[in-house]
Amino acid sequence: MSAIASATTPGTQQAQRIQHRKKPRSAIILSGTAWVVGILFVLPVLWMVLTSFHSEPDAAKNPPALFAPLSVEGYKTFFDSGPWPPLLNSLTASVLSTVLVLLLAFPAAYALSIKPVKKWTDVLFFFLSTKMLPVVAGLLPLYLFAQAVNVLDNIWYLLILYTSMNLPIVVWMLRSFLAEVPVEMLEAAQLDGAGLIRTLRSIIAPVVLPGIAAAALISFIFSWKELLFARVLTGTAAQTAPVFLTGFVTSQGLFLAKVSAASLVVSLPVLIAGFAAQDKLVQGLSLGAVR
Amino acid sequence: MSAVAESTRTGTPPATPPDDSALARAGAWARRAPLLPALIFMIIITQLPFLVTLGISFMNWNAYYPDEIGFNGLDNYRRVLTDANTRSAIVVTVILTVSVVLISLILGLLIALLLDRQFRGRGVVRTMMITPFLIVPVAAALLWKHALLNPEYGLFNGVLRWVGNLFGQNWPQPDWISQAPLWAIIAALVWQWTPFMMLILLAGLQSRPLDVVEAAKIDGATSWQIFWNMTFPHLRQYIELSALLGSVYVVQNFDAVFVITAGGLGTANLPYVIYQLFYTAHEYGRASAAGVIVVIATIIIATFALRTVSTLFREETR
Repeated sequence: MSAIASATTPGTQQAQRIQHRKKPRSAIILSGTAWVVGILFVLPVLWMVLTSFHSEPDAAKNPPALFAPLSVEGYKTFFDSGPWPPLLNSLTASVLSTVLVLLLAFPAAYALSIKPVKKWTDVLFFFLSTKMLPVVAGLLPLYLFAQAVNVLDNIWYLLILYTSMNLPIVVWMLRSFLAEVPVEMLEAAQLDGAGLIRTLRSIIAPVVLPGIAAAALISFIFSWKELLFARVLTGTAAQTAPVFLTGFVTSQGLFLAKVSAASLVVSLPVLIAGFAAQDKLVQGLSLGAVR
Repeated sequence: MSAVAESTRTGTPPATPPDDSALARAGAWARRAPLLPALIFMIIITQLPFLVTLGISFMNWNAYYPDEIGFNGLDNYRRVLTDANTRSAIVVTVILTVSVVLISLILGLLIALLLDRQFRGRGVVRTMMITPFLIVPVAAALLWKHALLNPEYGLFNGVLRWVGNLFGQNWPQPDWISQAPLWAIIAALVWQWTPFMMLILLAGLQSRPLDVVEAAKIDGATSWQIFWNMTFPHLRQYIELSALLGSVYVVQNFDAVFVITAGGLGTANLPYVIYQLFYTAHEYGRASAAGVIVVIATIIIATFALRTVSTLFREETR
């Protein structure tokens, strides 16, 4: 794998010795580069963490006041500014839409893998294609409809839209997990006369439960992050955390510490869910295409 | 897994004999039943609104002038394509999408190659790399706008001054966002999307048949030869997939433009202009026409994306 595996001729001892001497050095350089790149990418986040624990004047120092005394002033200002209703709205929308997604997606995935309908690949690709339809394609009618039936600024309406946003991804993920259930075991269960419930509980559940958990976390993440729907369709009552965050920088004066604190608090659920789902993140991001 | 796909691909299972049509039909509906709620839900929530958008795009409809609502043919499209604002938005959308996808794809590929080796702390580095993607986009945009790029107290200028001071110099303190507004947005988006590319490409790298690579190595292939002749062809479809999916998402980007420049300084992209047209100006007709244009652009990208997914999918279920 390393860059040195090049040495072509099955060489003399000397050539081999050179190879041995050179290999570790290039390996160290490559590993070191990987570390440096990783740190560079995480550095803005670490900077945000540090800034959030500084007082406003220290946060606005240039050159940066790295070792300024720590303070929770920023967090205090944030929590005093009424973030709980938006945070709770985000939680409601993300959790309940995820539940709804699973309730709709599991039977669908079942009908696309265990007992597949005819033309099941076409159906699967229909789901995927809806994910590619941009939000702006339907935003105005969805807004006008909400206005007509009086559900603007209603978290339930947003929650249903988030369900449609995540359903395709979760159908794809669950289908690929269900496809891993060994067909012999399903046949054996059928021969034993096991009903649907028993088959689901004792054969399918053990194989797909970890996958369902990962799919749920990914659906949660995408709902929590969403801004455009929430910005257009909610006002004050159903405002979500990202919308609240966009309105947080309005005051004059210094605000860097409190904005950092707010950004971190709002991102925290996604960070936790993302690290928990790390191994299955790829599958969710690639709509189940890559495992 | 492949066994299931194999047995399913052949279609009708033995349980439903083809001769008994009533029973077969009942069986087919029993199979379809679990699928229907999700399918109907998706059609209602995604397809119907788009059809309405399509309809409105041919109408003169401004909510401020309810008396003038009516059909006006292709007029909205003509105005969208000739208006300076929307034309600039089309250009910005293309520049933004192409540069973000290209830069984060190249960075993502290099980093995936770095991470596709055994070394101490590899898991930690991977986790650090994923972090930018797990920051809520609004928060990430705020972070770049205020904590990094602010001319007075942003980290970039802070480091410039600090390093400058080390050399006894007073380096200029650029106002990044007003001097290069589009690049500020591109930088913030590249930071968030590189992990996405990296994850998909790393998964691609790790799915490559290692025994063949070992054999090539033993046969004396150079690492460049191995990369170019074996790794790259295998990786190609993963590169395509991440580029296409990345494009589908970045074309739609709203958050970064909304937070960093609020569409000012010539950075308004199509989603932002559509948002403005309909939410602020209440120009429903023109907003819809612009929306249809975004959909057409996305369909072009998505067709290729779906083709790539279907190639991967066929390989996987083979």
